[in-house]
Amino acid sequence: MNGEVPWRRTDRAAAWELPAWSMSSGLRSAHEFGMTALAGVTADWAWAGADGSGVRVCVVDSGVDGSHPLIGDLERSVTVAEDPDGEIRVVDHPAIDEAGHGTACAGIIRGIAPGASISSVRVLTNGKSGTGAALLAGLDWAIAEGFDLINLSLATTQSRFVLALHDLADRAYFRRNVIVVSAHNRPVLSYPWTFSSVISVASHDLDDPMTFYYNPSPPVEFHARGVQVPVAWPGGGTIRSTGNSFAAPHITAICALILSRHEWLTPFQLKTVLFLTAANVAGRRPDLARRHG
Amino acid sequence: MSELVASQATVERRLLQSVVDVARYAFGAAASSIFLVDPATGELVFEAVSGRGGSRLVGTRFPPGTGIAGWVASSGQSLLVDDLSASPQFARDAAASTDYVPNSLMAAPLFTADGVIGVLEVLDRGATAVRVTADVELFDLLADQAAIGLELLTRLRLGGMDQRSDRALRLLEAVESMLATSHG
Repeated sequence: MNGEVPWRRTDRAAAWELPAWSMSSGLRSAHEFGMTALAGVTADWAWAGADGSGVRVCVVDSGVDGSHPLIGDLERSVTVAEDPDGEIRVVDHPAIDEAGHGTACAGIIRGIAPGASISSVRVLTNGKSGTGAALLAGLDWAIAEGFDLINLSLATTQSRFVLALHDLADRAYFRRNVIVVSAHNRPVLSYPWTFSSVISVASHDLDDPMTFYYNPSPPVEFHARGVQVPVAWPGGGTIRSTGNSFAAPHITAICALILSRHEWLTPFQLKTVLFLTAANVAGRRPDLARRHG
Repeated sequence: MSELVASQATVERRLLQSVVDVARYAFGAAASSIFLVDPATGELVFEAVSGRGGSRLVGTRFPPGTGIAGWVASSGQSLLVDDLSASPQFARDAAASTDYVPNSLMAAPLFTADGVIGVLEVLDRGATAVRVTADVELFDLLADQAAIGLELLTRLRLGGMDQRSDRALRLLEAVESMLATSHG
């Protein structure tokens, strides 16, 4: 995974400060992908026998309690911190969680993809600069660190961050740091779940962690388990939690399984595999194939 | 002007109390409470409660980013948690801050166009709670209505302050022109 892969080529770094649309489009010939044609994509093909090994996941949230038996060791644990002069930096931080939410998300991912490595960026902090600025700093760090998957079960309504957030999401998409975001069903515009470069997830109320649905009316693209989910809680033990923010880590974990079997999938291909293996799509429902030809 | 400010504060109190009373009744809950974000510090301020526990907590401040309400305020996501008493840390935290430890908790952010201004909570929904997703949807609707009421009040208050500063400015201009005349 760490070899010379197209989305991690060092010469791309030169374009980091430029908006996504300014990236050159034809300097290299198209890379040859020695991968399976998508015709045979089934759930078995996608993740049978996979445990997420080799895949690096980052939970951008309230921190993760690394001492919880359902979580286990973290690869990294960092926090967004604010200097007295207002400078925002990302620094190492003990694996603790004062809110509980990040631990719950990490536990869901660990439960489905036990082999995946999990790191935590704490962006919900006591700082005064608010969620938006910390979120940008945390996401920027996670993308630079090259995580395969970034779970983001939160949203910001601060519109002044939209452009910067958009560019980060695009950068992540092109570098194959897949961002999975929980949708936000409220009458207020919020970000980044509304961006097309991320995978946006809302809840269904079935209790199967591996059942998910494709939603043909965006911006929500998938529905995953999000109602009364048993989740790890800081200090040990589990509680049952409900909310879209618990649906996103289900898709993150399923993506980890898929990527651990098919490490060369790019974000749009991964999204296609999710589509083809969704419970309401022909790949898993042959009867639908007959109906829609 | 001070009468207007005082009456707005009273209306805000009544609105907050009405919100928690309605929320508690709608879910047959043991309690409902509302927190508002202090824009200067980001702290959550416990503003009103209906039902069990906590009335002595009105005015208490909680640091940002901690606890379920803190997460809901900073993430902007609604949350419902059950089996809370099975979590030793939650029970300990709750017992430290109130005399009532719920087993279930529903929390929704209160939004205005500027972001999250507070959090509405319902503790221990009663037997009338039938379907979790429907409960969360109704709860979000209640939270939105509460937020709209609070936003209107805030606008009124800011409007009042503008009038006040206009008046102060006019007074200042009058004093300046009087001074200029007397020296001239």
